[in-house]
Amino acid sequence: MAETIIIRGNPGVGPPVEGEAIVSEEGFSARYDYDRYRGVISRKSHVLYGQSIVGKIAVFKTSKGGVATSWMMLDMVERGTCPAGFIFGRTNPVMVQGAVWANVALMHDLDPDPVQTIRTGDYVKMIPEKGIVEVTRVS
Amino acid sequence: MNLTQEEQAMQKGDFGPVVQNALESQIGVGGFFGAEDLVEVRSVHLMADIEALADPGLNFLEETAASGVKFRVPVTTNPRSVDFSFWKEMGQEKEVVEKERRIIDALSKLGALPCNTCINYQTVDQPRFGEHLGWGDTGTVIFANSVAGARSNFEAGPAAVWAGLTGRVPRYGYHLSEKRRGTIRVVMEEQPVSNSDWGALGCFIGRKLDDYWKVPVFEGVEGSPTIDDLKHLGASLASYGSLGMFHMVGVTPEARSSEEAYGGEAPVETIMVAPGTLEGVYQSFQPEEEKVDLVVCGTPQLSLYELREIVDLLKGKQVQEGTRLFLTTNLQIKALADEMGYTEIVHKAGGRILAGVCFYIMTARHIQEKFNYRTLVTNSAKLANIISGYGYNPVLRPIETCVEAAVSGKVV
Repeated sequence: MAETIIIRGNPGVGPPVEGEAIVSEEGFSARYDYDRYRGVISRKSHVLYGQSIVGKIAVFKTSKGGVATSWMMLDMVERGTCPAGFIFGRTNPVMVQGAVWANVALMHDLDPDPVQTIRTGDYVKMIPEKGIVEVTRVS
Repeated sequence: MNLTQEEQAMQKGDFGPVVQNALESQIGVGGFFGAEDLVEVRSVHLMADIEALADPGLNFLEETAASGVKFRVPVTTNPRSVDFSFWKEMGQEKEVVEKERRIIDALSKLGALPCNTCINYQTVDQPRFGEHLGWGDTGTVIFANSVAGARSNFEAGPAAVWAGLTGRVPRYGYHLSEKRRGTIRVVMEEQPVSNSDWGALGCFIGRKLDDYWKVPVFEGVEGSPTIDDLKHLGASLASYGSLGMFHMVGVTPEARSSEEAYGGEAPVETIMVAPGTLEGVYQSFQPEEEKVDLVVCGTPQLSLYELREIVDLLKGKQVQEGTRLFLTTNLQIKALADEMGYTEIVHKAGGRILAGVCFYIMTARHIQEKFNYRTLVTNSAKLANIISGYGYNPVLRPIETCVEAAVSGKVV
């Protein structure tokens, strides 16, 4: 049986995208946590250490760290190591600036809390322009 | 979004397609955060090192420069990835050096001031209370907001370029008085002494908060923290928590009293800094091995006073063979260090003063692999945080221990 959950919020940025979810209670920074050449989380203490986020809908509690991720976003897109879209509990401006520059889907501050609601492996559709995330879970 | 006549002209393309795109991008970001208008900024600080930029970023800068547009406000630059005097010794690739030169050329063509510093607020560009800025590097932003009372969000690389081109940023976040209000109470039952202690405090609080929109208020600080202390606290809070602002009652300008810091509302959370907290932070950075590969100080870049302290500790001693000592600062402080004989003392001891750089952006992953570096001792909580993502084992210690580690080649 497939179950569908709708999550809503203010409009995000970037195009509509869909893919498999990978969810983390932790934050994300492309400089601190990510090996963008290999496409895996590279910080040993990160809960997703060693896992790929490439082509997925990456759901993180917060955005971490400094301004570098913004520049790195387009490099990730061109290398093919960018997630299809980002959903944050709450994000800093850096991620949004990078997403606008690289035309990557990004949303935050949604209801219900996406980190609590979405599970790794769920199929997620993001429609940033409308502020809608559609989560499909096969149980 | 409400736009002035000039902004409407930019949006229509009267200033050319590059400025038009910059303004549209700013409207996109501003819309995301609910900004009602744009605000003019006095200066922009741009982070544009090749490690972060990579080829797409470099192409963007070169294409922007080739269009003939110029920045409308002063644009200063953050540390680069290369000290042109030491890149071979550092084991960096020639390709990286060439690309770094191309960045400097493109930015110069755009009218930027390539001063390569993350301590602009201590040297080339002091922020003023109440003014609006479009600054990039997080350590500079949290300092400008908290210590000077200026107003800036994190304007990351491309966003800082847009800000330079339009002379504006979207007005949201820390440009607005209501967002600057303290929300988290931090009660100090332990007093930091050294600037590495202040960095450790930033680590402790940043790890707990981890949210750009939270504003901690430090209460119960005794004595008078120096600008270097506050720089380490801010850089560490920004690094561990992505925080953009803090208050310190009786110290920072928007916190003359706790009532003023919280803007008349109650804090949503209280964090106690109990005795032993700072030691706990140091102990959370354990060496896997006794042997030290690197001792690195200068994140943020060293002030003259910080450099003098290290020189005094190092005088008459030698760095252990098999251990490297790197001190990073900006070009101004390096020139003074040359003039005052500090550079000679450090180099004679076997250490290096590197200028215009910061270690973690010096293609740290590449040189880690090349020299098999692992154990890195530093007095910078910020560096200890970032460098662990690049395959190093960071060990945070006070500056005296760092210098001892360089001399003995060992740390516990």
